[in-house]
Amino acid sequence: MADLKGILVVGELGKEGLASITRELLGVARELLDVAEGEVNLMLIGEDVSSYAEEGIAFGADKVYVVNDVSAQEFPCDFYTHAVDQFCRKAGISLCLMGHTDLGRELAPRAAARLRGCICMDCVEIRSDVKEKEFVQLRPVFGGKAMAETASQRGVIQIVTVRHKSMSGFVHRSDRRGDIIDWSDQLQKGPVRTRLIERKTEEQEGVNIENAPIIVAGGGGIGGKEGFELIRELGRLLKGAVGASRVPVDEGWVHHNIEIGQTGKIVSPDIYVAVAISGATQHITGILGSKCIVAVNKDPDANIFKVSDVGVVADYKELLPYVIEHLRGASK
Amino acid sequence: MEIIVLVKEVLDPDLPPSKFSVDTKNNRVIPPEGIPPVISPYDAVAIEAALRIKEEAGGRITVVSLGNPSAEAVVRKALAMGADAGIVVSDPSFDLEDSYLAAHILTQTIRKIGKYDLILCGRQAVDWDRGVTGPIMAEYLAVPVATLARAIKVSDRSVRVERVLADGHETLEMDLPAIITVSNEFGQARIPSAWGVIKAVKEEIPVWSAKDIGAEDAQNKDNPGEGRLRRLYIPSYERKCEFLTGERPEELAAALVKKIYSRETASP
Ligand SMILES: Cc1cc2nc3c(=O)[nH]c(=O)nc-3n(C[C@H](O)[C@H](O)[C@H](O)COP(=O)(O)OP(=O)(O)OC[C@H]3O[C@@H](n4cnc5c(N)ncnc54)[C@H](O)[C@@H]3O)c2cc1C
Repeated sequence: MADLKGILVVGELGKEGLASITRELLGVARELLDVAEGEVNLMLIGEDVSSYAEEGIAFGADKVYVVNDVSAQEFPCDFYTHAVDQFCRKAGISLCLMGHTDLGRELAPRAAARLRGCICMDCVEIRSDVKEKEFVQLRPVFGGKAMAETASQRGVIQIVTVRHKSMSGFVHRSDRRGDIIDWSDQLQKGPVRTRLIERKTEEQEGVNIENAPIIVAGGGGIGGKEGFELIRELGRLLKGAVGASRVPVDEGWVHHNIEIGQTGKIVSPDIYVAVAISGATQHITGILGSKCIVAVNKDPDANIFKVSDVGVVADYKELLPYVIEHLRGASK
Repeated sequence: MEIIVLVKEVLDPDLPPSKFSVDTKNNRVIPPEGIPPVISPYDAVAIEAALRIKEEAGGRITVVSLGNPSAEAVVRKALAMGADAGIVVSDPSFDLEDSYLAAHILTQTIRKIGKYDLILCGRQAVDWDRGVTGPIMAEYLAVPVATLARAIKVSDRSVRVERVLADGHETLEMDLPAIITVSNEFGQARIPSAWGVIKAVKEEIPVWSAKDIGAEDAQNKDNPGEGRLRRLYIPSYERKCEFLTGERPEELAAALVKKIYSRETASP
């Protein structure tokens, strides 16, 4: 495996076309070609995915390999693992990029084990070092307390999952040219072992947290379900989404799908309002992309203030009713 | 039901950032003095999952920890929670930071143990936060895998797993033997009872070496792992915080609303 070349982006689909993470990956892939050489390949797998191929080219792919197969739905991760393994071997890929998503978290280590590739999970930055002819990845470790910078090994395929929103996508260019290749028949089936029975979406309360311009989040200091009503009301008045740290989730005050942080959602709103959140690194790592962080905490030494732009030292129970009153007055 | 749970000893993740330090010369975390390592919290949840499966379906739980000899402590904790047997896998020749190697060594350990129906571990170890050991082992052992489990239901020769997704969940079905990585949504790990602790103290915990499991060549295997660690450092995310002032909550609230509105209009 000495002459590895080119990049494979494992594509995923969102509600409207290519998932945003896939667009971000195509964008970063184009910047890595100085070391990767070759081309940016995009793989799309699923039922009837050909219709998304043009979009892949517009966002930066040189070649789009489509695999239309219904069994990908029944054995998702098994299917992807074979496909990625086979494709990378055949094409002699040097770098395989995927999102640090539901799929990528499981697919990356499995594909890496088959390909005996270098693996790097949950990267927030990937760049090429032209002098050393290697890829350099940066990832948070120890719950965000430290950052690790690792380098790829020459002659070994590098498999990397990338965190949402850590890179900006390639500008959509409808005049970009590329090839679309139907790879459905070329793929040899491998053993399938884990069957998908059903998939259920659990609706998030209120405004969707991932793209909301304003998020109001409550922490352990909120103390219970009733306290969260104040957070919700504040969220409504600011037309923002409601989020939480780990403690309210563990305590059952809110649904786990609004947890923010390393194990929850990674968010980057214009304004993030953290109420009664201490600022543990595992939480902070999920809000770093926020343009403005506002913290309300009764402890003036709380860690959250260190990473905030605006701070209010107060008991939220005393403060928020007045904030809500003000906002109500203003919206009248 | 033969259940094997893999547990790892880690630096306490609740350690305040002020106690966390890095030897930047050697790219190593400096263990803080006087603060003992703990069982990786997700692994504790995996033990909880094993105990609940055992309570329902019967069986035997063996806990395995790969690490330094001190990993005996986390194995003992698992025994105190209710696991039946424990093994520490330790050898000075092991590079404990390499996840491929860990998966290889643990696979060899599983082969030596022989019979198993389920292997459980946490969704990720909270030191290097990779979450790859379970899925890599599934490839090595050629068994099915499901990650991020929040519910597990074993029936006869198969298992159903509810897997946490970013916007919901999915239900997966696999034949046994299988590997499952467990997420925190599964529930809280139980606190060992006093009786459990007393019993665990007396338990014999064998230490298996590289030779015992046939992993002497582990270092030389074609394990590229994570690549070369170029740099390990503590990032700074500090921002300049402007504290709003006011005597009474009303004043603070007014100042806060003003601030939020100004930021809102300032942002594009
Ligand atoms: C492996 C692992 C992964 C994790 N992943 C995540 C994650 O993804 N997201 C996450 O959030 N956490 C995560 N955590 C947990 C994290 O370490 C912290 O325990 C958690 O974030 C603490 O939540 P908190 O700050 O809201 O609550 P607490 O630690 O309970 O802090 C409460 C804060 O509220 C303040 N307060 C109390 N009462 C009031 C009041 N009346 N008015 C104003 N302020 C008040 C207190 O001063 C304190 O600062 C993880 C932990 C581990 C070990």
